[in-house]
Amino acid sequence: MKNKLIELKNITKSFDQQEVLHNIQLYIRPNEFLTLLGPSGCGKTTILRIIGGFEEADSGEVIFDGKDIAKLPPYKREVNTVFQKYALFPFMNVFDNVAFGLNIKKVSKAETKKRVLEMLKLVGLEGFEKRKIDQLSGGQQQRVAIARALVNEPKVLLLDEPLSALDAKLRKEMQMELKKIQKKVGITFIFVTHDQEEALSMSDTVVVMNHGNIQQIGTPIDIYNEPKNRFVAEFIGESNIIPAIMKKDMLVAFDGVDFECVDSGFAPNEEVEVVLRPEDLVLTPPQFGKITATVTDITFKGVHYEIILKGEHRDYKAQTTEYHEIGTELGISVIPSNIHVMHKMKEV
Amino acid sequence: MKHYRSMISPYVLWAFGFIIIPFIMIMVYAFTDGGLSLTDAGFSLDSFAEMTDSLYFTVFTRSFSTGILTTLLCLFIGYPMAFFITKFDERVQGTLILITTIPMWINLLLRTYAWIGILSDNGLLNSFLKMLGIGPVSIMYTGIAVNIGLVCNFLPFMILPIHTSLSKMDPSLLEAAYDLGANKVQAFTRVIFKYSIPGVLNGVIITFLMAISAFVIPKMLGGGQFTLLGNLIENQFISVGNWNFGAAVSLILAIVILAAISFLKRIDPDGTV
Amino acid sequence: MKKFQKSKLFYGLYIGVIFAFFYLPIVVTMFFSFNSSKSLTHFSGFSLRWYGNLIKDTEIMQAVYVSISIAILATIISTIIGTLTAIGLSKCRKLVREMLLNVNNIPMMNPDIVTAIGFLILFSSLRIPKGYYTMLMAHITFCIPYVITSVYPKVKTLDPNLADAAMDLGASPFMALYKVILPMLREGIFAGALLAFTMSFDDFVISYFVTGNGVSNISIIVYNMTKRTNPTINALSTIVILVIFVTMFIVKVIPYLIGKRRKEQLAYEENN
Repeated sequence: MKNKLIELKNITKSFDQQEVLHNIQLYIRPNEFLTLLGPSGCGKTTILRIIGGFEEADSGEVIFDGKDIAKLPPYKREVNTVFQKYALFPFMNVFDNVAFGLNIKKVSKAETKKRVLEMLKLVGLEGFEKRKIDQLSGGQQQRVAIARALVNEPKVLLLDEPLSALDAKLRKEMQMELKKIQKKVGITFIFVTHDQEEALSMSDTVVVMNHGNIQQIGTPIDIYNEPKNRFVAEFIGESNIIPAIMKKDMLVAFDGVDFECVDSGFAPNEEVEVVLRPEDLVLTPPQFGKITATVTDITFKGVHYEIILKGEHRDYKAQTTEYHEIGTELGISVIPSNIHVMHKMKEV
Repeated sequence: MKHYRSMISPYVLWAFGFIIIPFIMIMVYAFTDGGLSLTDAGFSLDSFAEMTDSLYFTVFTRSFSTGILTTLLCLFIGYPMAFFITKFDERVQGTLILITTIPMWINLLLRTYAWIGILSDNGLLNSFLKMLGIGPVSIMYTGIAVNIGLVCNFLPFMILPIHTSLSKMDPSLLEAAYDLGANKVQAFTRVIFKYSIPGVLNGVIITFLMAISAFVIPKMLGGGQFTLLGNLIENQFISVGNWNFGAAVSLILAIVILAAISFLKRIDPDGTV
Repeated sequence: MKKFQKSKLFYGLYIGVIFAFFYLPIVVTMFFSFNSSKSLTHFSGFSLRWYGNLIKDTEIMQAVYVSISIAILATIISTIIGTLTAIGLSKCRKLVREMLLNVNNIPMMNPDIVTAIGFLILFSSLRIPKGYYTMLMAHITFCIPYVITSVYPKVKTLDPNLADAAMDLGASPFMALYKVILPMLREGIFAGALLAFTMSFDDFVISYFVTGNGVSNISIIVYNMTKRTNPTINALSTIVILVIFVTMFIVKVIPYLIGKRRKEQLAYEENN
């Protein structure tokens, strides 16, 4: 079982009779970059806080390196956290903030200095040791928070929406930077975010959550291309979600037309849902498409146009690099491998 | 994180023993008739009935009228003061407010003691009047002396909240009022005064409450002749020994004041109380 | 422009008159404490005679000792209890928090005379002999609320993750409190302690009702002396007033100067 650094078994947690985590099962491998993704209130931060030791689960086990640490207080765990608003100590300078953990552990002065300076170099803050926290920009504070956590050489770094306070451009930079730092120090990062793009671009594994339940665990590519249910499909990227009937393996019918697909293993005539990504809709002259529809709206998005087409059964969202006049009639077709069939989601 | 939750327990115990229990005991004494002992006491409303006695009733009316007079004096002296302070620039205002606050930090007894020297029959005031050729006035141990003492002591409590309210007002509002054709009086009544209402209410209620429960000033500057509620309570406990009646008067005073302050908190939740 | 100047002159005059009213008793007290005779109306010459009397007066010196020692003890104890309570409160459930805060308000809102009566009844019923320790208990009780009201708002503005962050970095809850939370509340704790000290030092009504066995503080001594003029009290007042002025200066002006200096330093650093 060397492959599981952290394992959560049957974790349940309620606040004031409100269940925020429902029977969570999750394992995290050494050295992976795992992201907990979901809308606010889905329980992702609570999972992080349970791993960090700041909350205690009502039931279930937290296995860390083979030992149950569910009752262990945060100061005895080999994990460190980068908090949402960084929680830097404002009355200490940069050096003292980063040295805090080492001072608590009574590491020698010389060793502390060496490690702190090394860490500040890693996060690109050489020469900032004497700065006060309130003299730093948001991005710099972010780096101090990362250095303060990593200097303790944890086995796992927990990051609670660390980029949410930064502006868009800085956020992109920090995403790359974080990924780089993770490669360099070679430890597990558990990252919490509600930003699907952030999750897709940084992670090895993405855990999609909603209402205290894990919806899907997978690589970013799996999650995007093979969403397990409507929630995941809607939350990750834009999509057309269409009720359909799975006539038999490899054949699905929706909007009055049969489509060949690559999915199998459903019951005959099972009610399912089909996900069509906008970029996967192929627009053709009307006579060549399987469905015909009329352009009702077109918006320029930079690299491509986003088009809304009105068909007999519904509106479709498509992306194209060609311009189509509003009112134009077009045909829509999809190649079989781009049709993704999922089980119908139970209403929550 | 529940780590620090238990740190409140010492104070929970302390507050129970030294705040809640004494308050309950006042209530018990107020509603019983057993004198100093509680063992053979029974429920009784005698103490409250006793308050209607004209002797005690005068104390109530005197306390309230002294409270009203003090409050009005403080308002009419303090409002212009607070208003004029806002006319100076911010740093000067800070200093003026500091000068207003400092006397509040000095022991009340010592300040009141000084007034005795000024107001007594052969005191500083009378020697000053003598120099002007005006006959001596006898105000020590009268309501006037008490009122001077009360106003001097409570005036800062009127000035400070009114100043706080006024300084929160955006000066451009006043300019807008002038711009819209208001004259100085209209600008004052329609804009400035409206803004200061929370401060005025705050100041009025606090001053009134402190004045009706005043104890030291009427005793020192009024001698034995000017009995207010606080002095009545003291007499009952120290000289008369009628704890039931004293507790009943205390209870009424406490209820009036706690009710008024909760009212104030409701109308001015982020106030300066 | 000229009219503006005129009105400002009037404002200044009015403010000056009111300040004269406030400070008249203070100035008179200080002035006549240096009088060579006993009179409070005729200044017959400069002398330190009443200061000499003050030092020799064992009764007054004993009261000074009681006032100061009770103020110091009450400040220390109420600051510790009040600060811990304020921190703990922020982690409590809403119901517990509001109940305790309401109870905490009682001694601040209740008239002193009612609070005093409550203590009198309590100590008498429990047959606790009244004296130094009953006075100390009462002072601690009315000081704690002022500490909590000064510290609690500061606790509320703290990032709740700060304690978590310290513990995350290996600090025990006690170390997190000592190394992170308390330093961040320094200003509020200091303000609360100062308030507690003045409240205790100035108190008369409550002390008067809970003391006994001849234990008196300054206020009680002054109260008992009002029937006769005694310039020794003026000497005592003068010392107290000067101490308060110096304290206010240190508390209000020094931080201002330090703040200004720090700003200048920052500006300097940024320019270089």
